Amino acid sequence: MAHLCLTDVSVHFGGLQALTEVSFDLRPGEIVSLIGPNGAGKTTIFNVITGVYKISGGSVAYDGQTISGLRPHHILARGIARTFQNIRLFTAMTALENVMVARHCRTRSGVIGSVLRTRRQRAEERAVRERAMAALDFVGLAAHADAVAKNLPYGLQRRLEIARALGSDPTTILLDEPAAGLNPSESRELMEMIQRIAKTGVNVLLVEHDMSVVMNVSHRVVVLDHGVCICQGAPAEVRSNPAVIEAYLGSEAD
Amino acid sequence: MTRGSRKSWQYFGLGLAWFYLLLWPLLGIRDGELHFAATFAVWLRVAVGATICFVLYRLGKAGRLDGVLHPLAAARDAVGDAMSRAPRWMLLTPVIVFALAYPMLTNRYAQDVAINVLVYICLGLGLNVVVGLCGLLDLGYIAFYGVGAYTYALLSVHYSVPFWVCLPICAVFAAVAGCFIGYPTLRMRGDYLAIVTLGFGEIVRIVINNWMALTGGPNGILGIKSPGIYIPHFVDGSFSFEYLLLRKLEYLYYVILALAAFTIVAVHRINFSRIGRAFEAIREDETAAELMGVDTFRFKLLAYALGAVFGGLAGAFFAARMRFVSPESFTFIESAMVLAMVVLGGMGSIPGVILGALALVALPEAFREFELYRMLAFGGAMAVMMLVRPAGLWPAARMGKRSDDTE
Repeated sequence: MAHLCLTDVSVHFGGLQALTEVSFDLRPGEIVSLIGPNGAGKTTIFNVITGVYKISGGSVAYDGQTISGLRPHHILARGIARTFQNIRLFTAMTALENVMVARHCRTRSGVIGSVLRTRRQRAEERAVRERAMAALDFVGLAAHADAVAKNLPYGLQRRLEIARALGSDPTTILLDEPAAGLNPSESRELMEMIQRIAKTGVNVLLVEHDMSVVMNVSHRVVVLDHGVCICQGAPAEVRSNPAVIEAYLGSEAD
Repeated sequence: MTRGSRKSWQYFGLGLAWFYLLLWPLLGIRDGELHFAATFAVWLRVAVGATICFVLYRLGKAGRLDGVLHPLAAARDAVGDAMSRAPRWMLLTPVIVFALAYPMLTNRYAQDVAINVLVYICLGLGLNVVVGLCGLLDLGYIAFYGVGAYTYALLSVHYSVPFWVCLPICAVFAAVAGCFIGYPTLRMRGDYLAIVTLGFGEIVRIVINNWMALTGGPNGILGIKSPGIYIPHFVDGSFSFEYLLLRKLEYLYYVILALAAFTIVAVHRINFSRIGRAFEAIREDETAAELMGVDTFRFKLLAYALGAVFGGLAGAFFAARMRFVSPESFTFIESAMVLAMVVLGGMGSIPGVILGALALVALPEAFREFELYRMLAFGGAMAVMMLVRPAGLWPAARMGKRSDDTE
């Protein structure tokens, strides 16, 4: 089981300190939520873990090995997949192809194999398709496999993002506001899906504004404010923590 | 007459007036004076034709032609439906038979045009990998055509290496050139990439033009050998091989046909493989592709090198066919033509690029009598195409078919 561990991670862009010595970890089998007001640095943490941003201090370790400084595709190959806050599907490709792209890092065949269509390449391609179909099936999109991604309704696009992330056989999945823009029944389905993902042995790190989702599915909650981790613990603890209440409601108390 | 239709008639009239103003200096200047008559005669013919088309278009829009158009549309749908259900070999066999029988049915001139079309198909498909699949706007593509042509020319003239041995060498040289040019440029995106590739394309041409010792500069290289083959030969019971240089146009036609067929199959297979998916993911969203496990830099370089390989192969054939190369054949306008074929035909679509090459090479030949107005018609046709069919003549197929293409 995989263990993601952030130690004293700091990020600054020029003079702007986006994250200051943030430390938390994601233990095997856990669903952890990352919450905080807008601009607290939640998505920055995702970008740090997946290698989009360079960290200025501290380290990110996965399975005991440092992954900070690796390029994003290497990090995906290590088993950390993510979704995006504003959906970033490959819009002109079909749902199935979107998921098949995620199999890229798990497959090997090159130009020569593809041009000659060797037996190995064809077997690999078949396996890719089957695995991608399984991922689509998992999120309930099997019926839309051949639909072009941009023609899918919004809720299904969100699910396709999750299927794409799952398609790479991750051991940890980072979900960036998966419930944004979903209606209550869709959010319920999403919660159920997150729990199913966790049951398959994939750790989940969730950034979410929808508190009902956060409180229902998370084992632990990490609260960020202005790039500083102000509190972490079980959902009930966090809810009653005065620092958290101030971060969310502080201005109204004045 | 409704407001909408009055407005469109006004625009139509303005368009015709503008066209007249454009045509006047083109045709009206004789002996240093401006005349009306010649321009007016030509303009009147175009105007009458355009008006008829426009009236039909307006009538169609108003629904007056439904009686004719509906059966037509139904027939078109039925044909399309039958085509999509027929197995692929049934559609391809007539095309292949025609392509093979072509030299027997036609004269030298038609063969010459066909060879040109096939060369441009190879080039277009190569560029299609870079622009259509990977989404990298490359304005200096013809440089690789040049690299392939000069590689074969030099190897043939100085070391008399046979054509068939040179083909893979040319491909490798072009790929290396692609990596050389790609490595520094592919860090840029979009417009910047276009400008830099344009620059590199010109650099290659200017180097060829000025490196007198190696390339002969503007004089070019003469005396390149045609492709040759060994033909089994029986004389009085003894068996030997005879070396035959393929000088005749119909033999050359088969050589380029084979090369084009190889290019089509290779590009098609790359398109529907892991590599092609990675290219398309990069085109759709480079950052997301990187985060989904595609080594974007390596694959962009690969797309560039692959495009260069097909360009290099076409270049080698070009040198072998002309038996002469000079820098004039590798100017920017050639890059632009190839790019126009890809865009006109449909980015990322193999039949589209083939149609594009046919439209841009064969059609101007068919309308040779109107040579004077060729570029004018060309520009107009391009503008109309981009308005009417912005995705190209034959847009890339998608809709499910792609994902279950295993055979």
